Amino acid sequence: MPTASANPVGPLLTADGTPLKTSLERSLKLSRLRAVGLVFPPLLFLIFLFVIPIGSLLTRSIDDSLSNTVLPRTLAAFERWDKTSEPDEAMFKALYLDMKAADRLDLSKLGTRMNYEKSGWRSLIKITTRGLKRIDGPPYKPAMLQLNQRWGNVEFWQSLGAMKDPVTFGYYLNAVDLKYDGNKNVTRVDKHRRIYQLLWWRTLLVSTIVTIGCLLLAYPVAHLLATLPLRISNLLMICVLMPFWTSLLVRIVAWMVMLQQNGVINDSLVSLGVLRDDNRLAMMYNFTGTVIVMIQILLPFMILPIYSVMKTIPPSYMKAAQNLGATPALAFLKVYLPQTIPGVGAGCILVFIVAIGYYITPELVGGKDGRLIGNLIAHHMQHSLNWGLAAAMGTTLLAAILLLYWVYDKLIGVDNMKMG
Amino acid sequence: MGLPVYATPGQRIWHYSYLTFCALVLFFLVSPLLVVIPLSFNASPFLHFTQDMLALDPKGYSTLWYKSLFGMCDAEEASLWTSCTDKWKVGTLNSFIIAIAATGLATTLGTLAALGLSREHVPFRRTIMALMISPLIVPFVITASGMFFFFAKVNLVATMPGIVLAHTILGLPFVVITVTSTLVGFDHNLMKAAANLGGTPFYNFFKIQMPLIAPGVISGALFAFITSFDEVVIILFIGGPDQYTLPRQMWSGLREEISPTILAAATILVLLSIVVLTTLELLRRRSERLRGISPA
Repeated sequence: MPTASANPVGPLLTADGTPLKTSLERSLKLSRLRAVGLVFPPLLFLIFLFVIPIGSLLTRSIDDSLSNTVLPRTLAAFERWDKTSEPDEAMFKALYLDMKAADRLDLSKLGTRMNYEKSGWRSLIKITTRGLKRIDGPPYKPAMLQLNQRWGNVEFWQSLGAMKDPVTFGYYLNAVDLKYDGNKNVTRVDKHRRIYQLLWWRTLLVSTIVTIGCLLLAYPVAHLLATLPLRISNLLMICVLMPFWTSLLVRIVAWMVMLQQNGVINDSLVSLGVLRDDNRLAMMYNFTGTVIVMIQILLPFMILPIYSVMKTIPPSYMKAAQNLGATPALAFLKVYLPQTIPGVGAGCILVFIVAIGYYITPELVGGKDGRLIGNLIAHHMQHSLNWGLAAAMGTTLLAAILLLYWVYDKLIGVDNMKMG
Repeated sequence: MGLPVYATPGQRIWHYSYLTFCALVLFFLVSPLLVVIPLSFNASPFLHFTQDMLALDPKGYSTLWYKSLFGMCDAEEASLWTSCTDKWKVGTLNSFIIAIAATGLATTLGTLAALGLSREHVPFRRTIMALMISPLIVPFVITASGMFFFFAKVNLVATMPGIVLAHTILGLPFVVITVTSTLVGFDHNLMKAAANLGGTPFYNFFKIQMPLIAPGVISGALFAFITSFDEVVIILFIGGPDQYTLPRQMWSGLREEISPTILAAATILVLLSIVVLTTLELLRRRSERLRGISPA
């Protein structure tokens, strides 16, 4: 007598006769395909308009092919040179032929590029470009020297060494006040040109101060909002959300009105007799201004995550701890505070990430000593047009932010991010 | 959260100083925005309260700056302090066009992405999600620089489509986040039931799923709209010199000469943000009701 375990019927079948397993696999495949079909268009859009542009930033930061395309013969002659003796006729001939063949626009770009290695190059190239047609044959060396004495200076020739490779990390070095010398050794830039290290440190300092400031202000407020009855806390929540929803520029305008020399704060302090009229506080166009305004702008980013964590902590825990004999302070430290750490971590990372890349606020209220690395990137993008350096600084900043983003993702998970 | 009756004087002092501290922080958050509103009705071209204003004398107040904002300035009145320009009007119009276009695109794409990512069996779900949200994390200066290099190659710099596409990228993460979080409470059996009853996938989506996730979609769209409407870095980097938007006009106003016209614009934007905030709150309540989550 066959038992059920012998299973004479074979595998389970669906209505149309296919085995259940195959049918299930097919439907799973279909559902996966559908999901991928939904995700694909937005993903493609993002890759084209965001990932590739960011990638082009990366390539731009290491690209140094200009000197190779414009001065191929000169760089070849440079290779054969012993790097110390006076340049010979062959090198001048190569230089002359390269410059003669080159496009004017490329030469002017090249002059700008070479000037980053040694100041003086830009004008040297400019003068030579202009005088090139006056040279009508070999020997080129005396002719070039006659155009400008600096061609006899070995230092200029030596600096070509830093430009001979089509790929360079020179911009990254520049971004931290270092550079290559002619032999591709890393050296520090001249003392009066060192500004980037200072700015990196200041950016870190401002972001840290802003993060700590936000935390100190946000923690009690988040606690209040989480413990008040819903009706009142919803009302107070508006105070937090309204600035969050208001245009960034509007908030900066508002702070300019508050902080300037004749602003609301100074006026009030003077009329209250706290300050003398000729002794008004300078709170704008400096470091203080940047910090105050950034704290106000980023405060909601700190309050909201801490609030949402505190909301989940039952109030009975604190009562239980105190019931067991802990003082309120001890109960807070041992019971309440550890439970709020996820919210605090999320808020701190979020505020720090946003603060480190700030540009608009420091530009408008920062003045000279409130400028951050973001302002320098914008400066090199828009004014000095040193795009390689801007790209290198941007990439470095981006790397730091992605690292923090990764930590954030590990700790909290990006899909747990909530808005408003 | 009141104090228990048996609180010691020390606890009382602590409690009240804590309340005062919180009140001060909330005041710090809101006061600058509130100060802007009365100052925008200033009759003088200064950014501080005049004696007349403090005395609540009607003489001290005027709507001059609003007129100048809308390009309707009284030549005689205005010539004293402000140049009559229609850049504000053009800028506002441009901002609306760009923001509406970018919001439409971002909402469509973001909703698609969220729908796909909320299904099971999506390969690389976490990575794609992180990528979708990354435009929010990367500083705008960096995004704008990268876009400048890339858009220059494909001739999108200084064009309207270029700005719209860039703004779409910035708005996309908000839509993905809000719609994803609405979908968490969505009962997928509803869609199965609908399919069982013979509805086509399209019909079911618009008839069943869309009304339920609408609050998330709309609040995502609002976020995208505000982001675009308030955006200044992208337009500075990849916008042409004659592409004016409202934030750009405010930006140049703030850098060159601060006139109360900016305060008038700011007041309107503050009011706009209050409207948006109220809409969002109403949407949130509706969403909770629809998903059967009773308001906590």
